[in-house]
Amino acid sequence: MAVTQVVRSEWTKIRSVASTVWTLSLVVVVTVALGMLISALSKNEFDSMNAQDRAEFDPTFISFAGMSLGQLAMIVFGVLVVSNEYSTGMIRTSLAAVPQRGSFLFSKIAVASGLALLVGLVTSFAAFFLGQAMLGSHRAEIGDPGVLRAVLGGGLYMALIAMFSMGVAAMLRSPMLSLGILMPFFFLISNILGNVDATKKVGRYLPDQAGSKIMQVVTPIDDDTPYGPWGGLGIMGLWVLAALVGGYVLLRKRDA
Amino acid sequence: MIELEGLTKRYGEKVAVNNLSFTVRPGIVTGFLGPNGAGKSTTMRMILGLDHPTAGDVRIDGKHYPQLKDPLTYIGALLEAKAWHGGRTAYNHLLCLAQSNGIPRSRVREVLETVGLTAVAKKKTKGFSMGMGQRLGIAAALLGDPRILMFDEPVNGLDPEGIHWIRTLMKSLAAQGRTVFVSSHLMSEMALTAEHLVVIGQGRLLADTSMADFIDRNSRSYVRVRSPQRERLLDVLHQAGIVAVESGDGVLEVDGGKAEHIGELAAQHRITLHELSPQQASLEEAFMRLTAESVEYHAHSGTSATSPEPPRQQWGDGWKRG
Repeated sequence: MAVTQVVRSEWTKIRSVASTVWTLSLVVVVTVALGMLISALSKNEFDSMNAQDRAEFDPTFISFAGMSLGQLAMIVFGVLVVSNEYSTGMIRTSLAAVPQRGSFLFSKIAVASGLALLVGLVTSFAAFFLGQAMLGSHRAEIGDPGVLRAVLGGGLYMALIAMFSMGVAAMLRSPMLSLGILMPFFFLISNILGNVDATKKVGRYLPDQAGSKIMQVVTPIDDDTPYGPWGGLGIMGLWVLAALVGGYVLLRKRDA
Repeated sequence: MIELEGLTKRYGEKVAVNNLSFTVRPGIVTGFLGPNGAGKSTTMRMILGLDHPTAGDVRIDGKHYPQLKDPLTYIGALLEAKAWHGGRTAYNHLLCLAQSNGIPRSRVREVLETVGLTAVAKKKTKGFSMGMGQRLGIAAALLGDPRILMFDEPVNGLDPEGIHWIRTLMKSLAAQGRTVFVSSHLMSEMALTAEHLVVIGQGRLLADTSMADFIDRNSRSYVRVRSPQRERLLDVLHQAGIVAVESGDGVLEVDGGKAEHIGELAAQHRITLHELSPQQASLEEAFMRLTAESVEYHAHSGTSATSPEPPRQQWGDGWKRG
């Protein structure tokens, strides 16, 4: 069983269903549009800010504000890529064709992650440049220190969010259950845990809280986060690894 | 060739497949018969490596399923329910399967042509009727031009023309020397297509025999007798060592008895007969009796309290266990 055959097959699968197009389009549109809106609002607010807020003003990070919502579409993409196999019964056909379950799962994840990374990078660059355009005189330049890292990191972050979702969906199988857990977690719970003082110390190790550090260019003054941008992305990477290993172990063990 | 050896599948307490051993040989259609819930689909899923056996072993041409390189070129299967994404077109569904097993793209068009789905190849499969779905499943099975084909309830949902088509297809595949393994819960269907028969009930092997043998053994002949002097007739038959079974409405059935002999006995004892007719049981009935026995057999060995209906069970006992 040549892995290239399986990768080619998974590419055919992913490009031949409508959900791929609409979830990924939604990622780009929502992230960029919301980023532009918030950038425009921030520009107007800048004049009324105090000195500390101005010193912490991070135009790059502000242009990525749409990701909090856009990542939800990325989650839907990741979940559907995997759980569609189960909800449609395709999994039995797929595993009869590719009985090496590791090859099957990781080829699927490789193809979907590659696509998510591509779309993530496009989104990230578009959100940055269009967001900066909205910020006018307060904008950052792509050549400024740390900015290119943040923009590339935004694409990586999106890809990792998709991969984490794929791992969770591989474990849970049901699309409704996976979305029912992931959407509120990333939209609400993680944000609350990461920002409330009592839980902050633990909350900042959650995948999105740690991973989004890569998109920050200006570090807040009283920031005591014990990891840097790449360290944060690394923590997110570990979460992704854990989810994927969990998905693989369960897929191997289970009856299809 | 498919070889099962002591194949067993347990779901917690429930035994779905119990110590199945048999071989499916090339060149003929082998029918896999059992009532709904007998474990046919579970067995087929284990053959394909989809479900893990609790115990035992199954091999395809001597290999375990995951050891097959490009398995669709060894064994093609039509699974019970629709097993594909409804949002994908028929062509793309088959294409992704072909690519995963290194099967050329041109073969996709060929099998679509074979099953008569060329006109709807670019349509999403969610709009397909049950019959079209079966045809797509069969196209997927044929895709790798495999030496072994396995069909789970292939005639389900097909119209008469479709049923005729699949029967002809299965026979021609077997005539080409391929191994064809078909499950069904209908004896009448199997009688028309299968040369060899594997019967299971409650996950247990009940018969592994050629169709001809099965028909010989199970086309039970008996004599149907009605008489207004039923009690006297029973006494007379009993004295002559003939076992008669009541089958309701005052009808007596005498297994393997000769109508002439019973008629003469009745005449000797001046018993009036209203009916005396030799009968041949249908294969469907034979199958039902066979599988009913598996239920009875379980009731004795297990904890179930269902009481068996006694006299009927004796029939066929000998050949089943011996």
